[in-house]
Amino acid sequence: MAADALSRVFSALADPTRRDMVARLAVGDATVNELAAPYDVTLQAVSKHLKVLEDAGLVSRSREAQRRPVHLEAQVFDLMTKWIERYRRQAEERYRRLDDVLAAMPDDVSPTPPRERGTPT
Amino acid sequence: MTATHSNQTQIVADPDVPLVRITREFDAPREKVFRAHTDPELVVQWQGPRGMEARVEHYDCRTGGSYRYVHTQDGEEYGFHGCFHEVRPPEVIIQTFTFEGFPDGVALERLELADLGNGRTRLTATSLVDSFEGRDAFLASGMETGVREGYERLDALLAD
Repeated sequence: MAADALSRVFSALADPTRRDMVARLAVGDATVNELAAPYDVTLQAVSKHLKVLEDAGLVSRSREAQRRPVHLEAQVFDLMTKWIERYRRQAEERYRRLDDVLAAMPDDVSPTPPRERGTPT
Repeated sequence: MTATHSNQTQIVADPDVPLVRITREFDAPREKVFRAHTDPELVVQWQGPRGMEARVEHYDCRTGGSYRYVHTQDGEEYGFHGCFHEVRPPEVIIQTFTFEGFPDGVALERLELADLGNGRTRLTATSLVDSFEGRDAFLASGMETGVREGYERLDALLAD
């Protein structure tokens, strides 16, 4: 269930128009009309994109206000970014160990080990 | 474009296809970086997650070869295996990767080493999986408790 939720966030952001809308909403809340203005698409098409972003939990729309502005759920966006950052840090740790391995190697090694090493025993 | 002193790892999760791409620069010629990927005695020194014991069962890094290694943590064993599809020293390794806890899942991995001159190398490692779910699980993997916490937080955020 949770993994699906993460995937919905990723796939919602796979579309360039939706990424654009998220970027626009990062500046501030906006109405559907305001969001539609820069694009040569129908209001229905914009509403469809919004529905995908809403289902992914990335945006919400206030129920009370007459204009029903769209609001970016920045925490959800940040959480995904944090996940990726954590993965990046793990890779960086691994490659720092590789830095050390490389520093300890002689300069004139061949790119592959002698044949007998690594073959099944 | 080029950072003068930093070799920081960069990572991209592609929005259009389920892949993760990592780039990193090294202060070593690519023959050495390549050797560190093909020699099992060197591979065990850096590749596994920290705090895990790595044991290489076999590691025949040439076109058509295969590998299997096992990570051990708290008495639990985690096996990984795959095939070397193309090994072209000192620039390309294309291989498959499977976690034996999920034997039907397989990632296609491509390692490219670019000669930057002055004894420096840029590594680009691309992992392609067969679904976004697989990719995202992969991105979230190896984070132990962090993952569960993260999912719980995401669930909580999405439940609002």
